[in-house]
Amino acid sequence: MIGIEHYLVVSSILFVMGMLGIFLNRKNIIIILMAIELILLSVNLNLVAFSAFLGDMTGQIFAMFVLTVAAGEAAIGLAILVIYFRQRGTIAVDDVNRMKG
Amino acid sequence: MQIFAFYLFGAIVIASGAFCIFARNPVHSVLWLILAFFNAAGLMLLVGAEFIAALLVIVYVGAVAVLFLFVVMMLDIDFAELRAGFMKNLPLGLLLALVLMAEIIFGIGAWTAGGMGEATAVVGPQEGGPSNIEALGTLLYTKYVFLFEAAGLILLVAMVGAIVLTNRKRGGVRIQNIQEQVRRRPQDATRNEQPEVGKGVEL
Repeated sequence: MIGIEHYLVVSSILFVMGMLGIFLNRKNIIIILMAIELILLSVNLNLVAFSAFLGDMTGQIFAMFVLTVAAGEAAIGLAILVIYFRQRGTIAVDDVNRMKG
Repeated sequence: MQIFAFYLFGAIVIASGAFCIFARNPVHSVLWLILAFFNAAGLMLLVGAEFIAALLVIVYVGAVAVLFLFVVMMLDIDFAELRAGFMKNLPLGLLLALVLMAEIIFGIGAWTAGGMGEATAVVGPQEGGPSNIEALGTLLYTKYVFLFEAAGLILLVAMVGAIVLTNRKRGGVRIQNIQEQVRRRPQDATRNEQPEVGKGVEL
């Protein structure tokens, strides 16, 4: 029988994978944004698993709000990425510190 | 059957997460991300969270992943150059990730071995009870209605922000100026000339 610990293990592996993605692809901001999406997905999985196994719907409500914030974050992040690329012609994160006024 | 489905979805979600990170081509990366979202939706379906699973497919796969795909294909980027520090960071990153994962899994093991007694609770919709979407809607529109509206506000701000950020004045484009058109009068735009015989009109 599948217990809650199975779900927690899957979501923790996914979380660590997202963190590793941020660490490895430090220059490529697109992959960094995707890794953040993976982390938020693992958080959602965690919330839904607890919600189902504890018999409380609040977890699923919060998973919905996490989904909302993730969508907004992706939109704003990609918009910033597009204007940065338009200005500089590259998306290397190392050069971002030149933006300081 | 349920156990088989869980292990299938779980294995694919972890594998596609790994491929998403390690893929050389960002387009492949986005496609692996889509596979991860699909299988996570399957995992949520298994515990009876149907609405969240559908929302995951619609919002993540339909909107967010397509947005990523669009941006990756729109920008002309040399991705080989961006992978320069990849191999240098790999050993330390893997070590840190392994340590973190082992700690989290030990923590989960200790939590379940501690006999909290919660992990055996019911899964999925109960017999005779409201369906998942009905229960979710009832809760969302009564107890959490203000949070729901705040979520709508967040989406509005994100939309306006994205438009304001990417909107720009483009030079060399002829745009209709209605004010200019309305203000135009015949006496400003035309003039009367009486040319002599044999001469033309100079413009």
